[in-house]
Amino acid sequence: MSSVDTAKAPKVAKNASKKRKAVAPKMASRQNLDVDDHKVTVGQSFSDSAKMTMRDVNVFYGDKQAIYDVNIDIAKNEVMAMIGPSGCGKSTFLRTLNRMNDTVEGCRVEGDILMDGENLYAPKLDVVELRARVGMVFQKPNPFPKSIYDNVAYGPKIHGLADTRVDLDEIVENSLRKASLWEEVKERLHQPGTGLSGGQQQRLCIARAIAVSPEVILMDEPCSALDPIATAKIEELIEELSQNFTIAIVTHSMQQAARVSHRTAYFHLGKLIEVNPTEQVFTMPEHPLTEAYITGRFG
Amino acid sequence: MAKMSFENHIMKQFDDELEEIRTRLMEMGGKVEQQVQNAVRAVSDADSQLAEEVIVEEQLVDEMEVDIDEACILIIARRQPAASDLRLVMMVTKAINDLERIGDEAKKIANHAILLAEEGGLSKGYPEIRHIGASVSKMLANALDAFARFDADAAMRTIEEDKQIDLDYKTALRELVTYMMEDPRSISRVINVLWVVRSLERIGDHTKNLCEQIIYVVKGKDIRRR
Repeated sequence: MSSVDTAKAPKVAKNASKKRKAVAPKMASRQNLDVDDHKVTVGQSFSDSAKMTMRDVNVFYGDKQAIYDVNIDIAKNEVMAMIGPSGCGKSTFLRTLNRMNDTVEGCRVEGDILMDGENLYAPKLDVVELRARVGMVFQKPNPFPKSIYDNVAYGPKIHGLADTRVDLDEIVENSLRKASLWEEVKERLHQPGTGLSGGQQQRLCIARAIAVSPEVILMDEPCSALDPIATAKIEELIEELSQNFTIAIVTHSMQQAARVSHRTAYFHLGKLIEVNPTEQVFTMPEHPLTEAYITGRFG
Repeated sequence: MAKMSFENHIMKQFDDELEEIRTRLMEMGGKVEQQVQNAVRAVSDADSQLAEEVIVEEQLVDEMEVDIDEACILIIARRQPAASDLRLVMMVTKAINDLERIGDEAKKIANHAILLAEEGGLSKGYPEIRHIGASVSKMLANALDAFARFDADAAMRTIEEDKQIDLDYKTALRELVTYMMEDPRSISRVINVLWVVRSLERIGDHTKNLCEQIIYVVKGKDIRRR
């Protein structure tokens, strides 16, 4: 630094301004990034208008613990994104929300998982009805080997949501419209759903999920098998759907989480590290682990 | 909040690119700092040749700004930086803008240095330029040091220096007006001095912006929101 005496004229030689080298700041210490010490989720995990509530949730696959002490609320009409490296427990977490883990051998769920205050793991609860209230969209589009119409009509039929053919037609049309697919398929409703493009198939699956009027939609990497244009359409759709539904989405694309979600939850090795408004997570995350992950610094 | 680090990305090239814009910002800062010092010296020493040099080299500063700006845009397009990386890139794009403006002010000072040298005779008003010029140079140096070390506290202290500069500027204005009233023949010269002081005050403001950006990078807080 040039030391300039304020009392007299700056006696600095023409090229004397000292070369300033950018000093390499210290790397976040190992301790900061040690997940074993992690006890409490940082940020804003809770909500006053919670649709789903999880308290002290632990999930085990046999002896192996997949999720540790998760406490979180998902607010009504919120899009909550779950991000984290592979094996961090985000998909397991998502699946506990509609008891998809029930079918997994040796899977045990502890703690309270409530929807509108009702325990989803109560022995008397009808799981089939639960899955209608909490719909799910998977990574790979998986339409039934039936017509487009039947794919959407199947759920309302088995749940007895339509009394007449006219009612059913209306549900099918509305669902396809909400899934932004109607215009593309209205002329060929009775052709097989498997004949659609990947992006259309995924929107068909979304239409199928919303046909039974769910309250919550779970999405497990819904765009990872789609091209960027189909992805953009789904993302646009997620935004629209959030006006009527509560959405929880697991994604490997951080940009996608940044684009579509209201809050973002960061999981690491089965622990919920941070939950914060998405705009904060991607500009100034609170936890060094979140920072390391979203800036692409893991290892 | 983790310590500031722009290393250890899984993609090593990303580290290099961020390091590159940091280094180039420091270079540009050093160049601008030198321009300001030389401009002030050109005035106080009535050194037209040095002033000419400052005017010519302003071009260099402009080119540096364009180059760094392009590098930042490329990083955004290619890497989609997030969190501290994003803050750094945004900070650099803003900082080079302020540095370029400081370069412009130095050039203006150099222009007035030539006019003053032509009028001849060391005269009243120069102590103001020396005094404020020294304070402003010091503030700019402190700001650049704070950036090199990502030192938010130092940046905060440097912001405070601007208050004294603003006060000194007001005092200088009053004195210069007095000179003009006392001796109307000095008006044209004093107006030149006045413009120089005005430019120095503006440099203080831009330096303050630099400091605010350093704090934003380190803390993630925009202190303009206070």
